[in-house]
Amino acid sequence: MRFAGLSLRTWAISAAVIVIALLAPLYLLDRFNTIEFAYVWAIAIALIGLNVLTGFSGQISLGQGAFMAIGAYVTAILYFKMKVPYGWTILPAGLVAGLAGYLFGFPALKLSGLYLALATFALALSVSPVIKNFGDLTNGHEGIVLPSITDPLGIGLTNEQWLYYLAFVIAILLFLFARAMLGGATGRALRAIRDSETAAAASGISVAQFKTMAFGVSAFYAGIAGSLFATITAYVSPDSFDLPLSLSLLVGMVVGGLGTLFGPVLGAAFVVWLPIYAQQIFRNKPDIAYGLILILLMFLLPQGIVGGARQLIAWVRRRSGPVELEAEVADLGPAAPPHAAERGTGGS
Amino acid sequence: MQGVLQQIVSGLATGGVYASLALALVLIYRSMEALNFAQGEMAMFSTFIAWELVAVVHLNYYAAFAITIAVSIVGAFVLERVVIRPVEKAPPLTVVLVTLGLFFVVNGLAGLIWSYVIKPFPGPPGFPQAPVSFGGVSLGIQDLFLIGMTVVLLAILYLFFQYTKLGLAMRAAALYPETSRLLGVRTSQMLALGWGLAAGVGAVSGMLIAPIEFLDPNMMQPILLYAFAAAVLGGIENPVGAVVGGFLVGVMLALIGTYVPGARDLRLAFGLVIIVAVLIVRPGGLFGRAHVVRV
Repeated sequence: MRFAGLSLRTWAISAAVIVIALLAPLYLLDRFNTIEFAYVWAIAIALIGLNVLTGFSGQISLGQGAFMAIGAYVTAILYFKMKVPYGWTILPAGLVAGLAGYLFGFPALKLSGLYLALATFALALSVSPVIKNFGDLTNGHEGIVLPSITDPLGIGLTNEQWLYYLAFVIAILLFLFARAMLGGATGRALRAIRDSETAAAASGISVAQFKTMAFGVSAFYAGIAGSLFATITAYVSPDSFDLPLSLSLLVGMVVGGLGTLFGPVLGAAFVVWLPIYAQQIFRNKPDIAYGLILILLMFLLPQGIVGGARQLIAWVRRRSGPVELEAEVADLGPAAPPHAAERGTGGS
Repeated sequence: MQGVLQQIVSGLATGGVYASLALALVLIYRSMEALNFAQGEMAMFSTFIAWELVAVVHLNYYAAFAITIAVSIVGAFVLERVVIRPVEKAPPLTVVLVTLGLFFVVNGLAGLIWSYVIKPFPGPPGFPQAPVSFGGVSLGIQDLFLIGMTVVLLAILYLFFQYTKLGLAMRAAALYPETSRLLGVRTSQMLALGWGLAAGVGAVSGMLIAPIEFLDPNMMQPILLYAFAAAVLGGIENPVGAVVGGFLVGVMLALIGTYVPGARDLRLAFGLVIIVAVLIVRPGGLFGRAHVVRV
């Protein structure tokens, strides 16, 4: 039995995940962990965006952190300097970042593979000096301290719980939006471009239009994530959005797997929790752990953990019993055709 | 006018550093068509080794210089065997992601061993400290040393690749891997050797810039960006182009930093602009050829 293209089991698992996520801050999590999970939802949004870009349209980006920075600063400036209620700054943050990404998408059209990696790497490196340069607007090195945010509805949530629910609801909405977009013609067009631009163009897909759109959408998601990041931290500074952030987002995406939608949540949990554990174990910045994990992942699972799990399940099924054509893994991802589910981008 | 000349001279000097790191990037690109994002961090690590030898072991500067280059070559050779070899046949982007992983690891290791506190690094001793003056333009000995080392490096590499059997084998392995293998060239080892050489060249760039910029684990990140800009500007496959590109980028940055108001802090963004502009207007760079891909 299927509803809206998903099996009953997928629905059940999704519902269970959502119920647990809704109740967790009330019953399971202390204040510290509630905030950490609020970050997980915010980062997951950035990763969903990165997935649209890299996983679906095949354009690699090492500069997602730059668009997060734009979103964060739009929120900080609107909220702190212009006294706009912060709820009204989230969408503009996404839109400004999305516009920047869309515009960056045009030169990116000319750059493929390695060169796009290079250009976005340069983007990630230049964001912090650019922010510092416009000190009148951004307070330069010092950053902007935001007033902490309290539950506006007066229903007795703590600040942490309110931030958690804010990030959670937005993440779910954006997840559904991405799912609707990628499950349809747009997703097919993007995957076609990823697999062969020439073939896609020959089939009448406007490659340039879809690729710049993917950049715009991806940056929009990053902008929203950055806005939430700023509100959760109650502080923005140029150094929060340096190269390591962009690279850790890339690692998170690879960990979660390319081209899937459940992966980002897994990847975000990884991005948020790894530094904390690395701090405890190595007493050092998480860099070494990130690097080693990225290298090992490239050796072992070029499709990431979710992609790897899919492969594993497909392999087990092939060995035991009849071959199911629609091998569906418990996953909130789009009901992709089986070949798309099994094919990773293999880092391309 | 003198001011401009002065800026050009100091731009050429720092350009020498970008040029040598760009040279390292080109060496890797030519052998495996991948960009090594960890090149700058590897150079930084080498520079810390040199610092250890000079400041802690109290070795002579030039001895430390030579030992560091040797250690870097051997170290990168081994690194390639361990980390890059498993993905040698993977798509270039997989290799790029592995080098990004290396970027993290090397940076973190340096921070772990030497901490993130900046350290002074000695310049080459034995030269007079006072700058030499030519028609009102003063030339620091340090600057001359930088420019000279870069040219010497390029010459050594040229002689190596052109006139030694090993250099010939490396060129052959990069250009015609199949044929070379049939003729008994160990192509995979040649790749590792390419990594070694690149790390040696990178080590020089690190040791040259450290007296100017001070030593800390993050010091090479902007330089890597400028080196990428230099390599792209000169044509990513062309060693001479990389060196010319390095000097050009150095001069441009010096002039812009001095004469464009408020642009001093925007130099990194300027590196980004160079990269994107060159790739769009002339993807092959100044000295490279445009690639035609058959579909």
